[in-house]
Amino acid sequence: MAKLELQSVTKCFGDNVVCRGIDLRIDEGEMVCLIGASGSGKSTLLRCMNLLEPVDDGVILLDDIDIAEPGFDPQPVRQRIGIVFQSFNLFPHMTAVENVMLAPRRVHNRSREALLPEVTELFTRFGLADRMQHYPDQLSGGQQQRVAIVRALAMKPEIMLFDEITSALDPELVGEVLDVLRTLREAGMTMVLATHEMGFARELADKVCFLDNGVILEEGPPEQLFSNPKQERTRSFLARVL
Amino acid sequence: MTETNLDGPAAAPPGLTRRQIYEAQIRRRSLRVAATSTVLVLLALIVLIPLAPGWEGVKKSFFNADVFARTFPGLLEAFLLDVAIFAWSAPLIFLLGLLIALCRDARSPALYPLRLFGILYTDIFRGVPVILVIYLIGFGIPGLGLPRPWNSPYIWGTVALVLTYAAYVAEVLRSGIESIHQSQRAAAASLGLSHSDTMRFVVLPQAIRRVVPANMNLFIALQKDVALLSFIGPVEIFRQAGVYKSLLANFTPYVGAALIFLAVTIPATRYADYLMNKQARARS
Ligand SMILES: Nc1ncnc2c1ncn2[C@@H]1O[C@H](COP(=O)(O)OP(=O)(O)O)[C@@H](O)[C@H]1O
Ligand SMILES: [Mg+2]
Repeated sequence: MAKLELQSVTKCFGDNVVCRGIDLRIDEGEMVCLIGASGSGKSTLLRCMNLLEPVDDGVILLDDIDIAEPGFDPQPVRQRIGIVFQSFNLFPHMTAVENVMLAPRRVHNRSREALLPEVTELFTRFGLADRMQHYPDQLSGGQQQRVAIVRALAMKPEIMLFDEITSALDPELVGEVLDVLRTLREAGMTMVLATHEMGFARELADKVCFLDNGVILEEGPPEQLFSNPKQERTRSFLARVL
Repeated sequence: MTETNLDGPAAAPPGLTRRQIYEAQIRRRSLRVAATSTVLVLLALIVLIPLAPGWEGVKKSFFNADVFARTFPGLLEAFLLDVAIFAWSAPLIFLLGLLIALCRDARSPALYPLRLFGILYTDIFRGVPVILVIYLIGFGIPGLGLPRPWNSPYIWGTVALVLTYAAYVAEVLRSGIESIHQSQRAAAASLGLSHSDTMRFVVLPQAIRRVVPANMNLFIALQKDVALLSFIGPVEIFRQAGVYKSLLANFTPYVGAALIFLAVTIPATRYADYLMNKQARARS
């Protein structure tokens, strides 16, 4: 059974059709990478998966329940599917630890004291133990992005979506964030990444999807897609970025 | 990286770059020019104004040191009432303004009446001169013949100020709410936070901080407009100055009242400007 399954998902902004019937299957514990040129619809597709954007047509099955049905309450879905953005989007008026505790406190009704041990453990696990009381603007980009990941993880999501989370970082900070993804992968987290880090996708992904103009033009295991792409457009895209 | 200019008229003090020396020169020159021109203008005023035919009369009736000394303590005491009115209306204004801003931001169709109310409210109270609202409410409601103390123009005049200023504060807060980037709402939503929690914990705290300078300017204006209540009764500073004027047949108490207002509003305005600059710098 697929953990998350998209069937003919369509999404428009006005006249601009951004996702044109996307089919995608994500199994439990799998890591799926979306690659493709800027504007091909990667971010939109991710935002549709946790209902940050309402889907216009098609079906999204989360544990075999259609969450794309119009009128479906998105809030519980978002608690189960976390997302991390390219631009961190931390809350600038809160310390790192307050950023992380806000949602569990409000949504799960848990006290700060009850949360502190597990939150501290998350911070420690990602090398941020001494940054808990810092405000976002006192942290480097890499640290901010790791706090954003911890914030999403604190809700104990079943699936994590990552939208080009290293694109806004200085090159020397990319590694520390990719290491976090490695750790999550080893822990068996189900993940979907939009990424330009082809080396990383090739090394760790179970499946790579090439998005072009709102459709998945080609998908497959990384060795096959990177070494032996079938489509001409995939080939020319890879030639440009590799 | 210190480079000394050996041919120049002044040898560079150690530790300064050429640019720092140049900028220090420019600064000194601007300071000299500014000082000279200020002194010249002041001199001209001091020499020219007393030459005006009515100066002696004006001096006696507006800048009378004797009258000033006799009335100033009384004015200060009356100003305490202005301060008191300000102090209890300011928090009410903020709360009511916040409420109305939230009404205007209500998105769900069930809350449309609230939204409509918010729009009408701000339109009406920003569209009518404060003094008219003070007259209508300050005279109108006591006219209903309510029992004491609810017939006091002091209370209803203050209510009029609160109602009017809340409309302005609501607009300022709303602009603050709208200035928070939608990615902050998206981040909150992606964590499963409800709309109201997103507003309360993510949007409002940032929005309120962002509009502190704008709100300060409103509250400075409020401090001055408290004097308008004098038209319906309370003996605050402006009214007190009027009493002295009639008593002593001299306008100096008004000058004294103006000085007292300035002593409060100028520092407050400077502080608001300082906050505004600080924010502008922090955001760039
Ligand atoms: N909120 C939005 N409103 C209107 N158009 C949008 C919005 N978000 C994305 N788009 C459009 O959707 C297309 C795909 O964008 P996006 O999903 O961000 O692509 P990618 O992440 O692959 O760069 C672009 O043409 C973009 O202009
Ligand atoms: Mg994108």
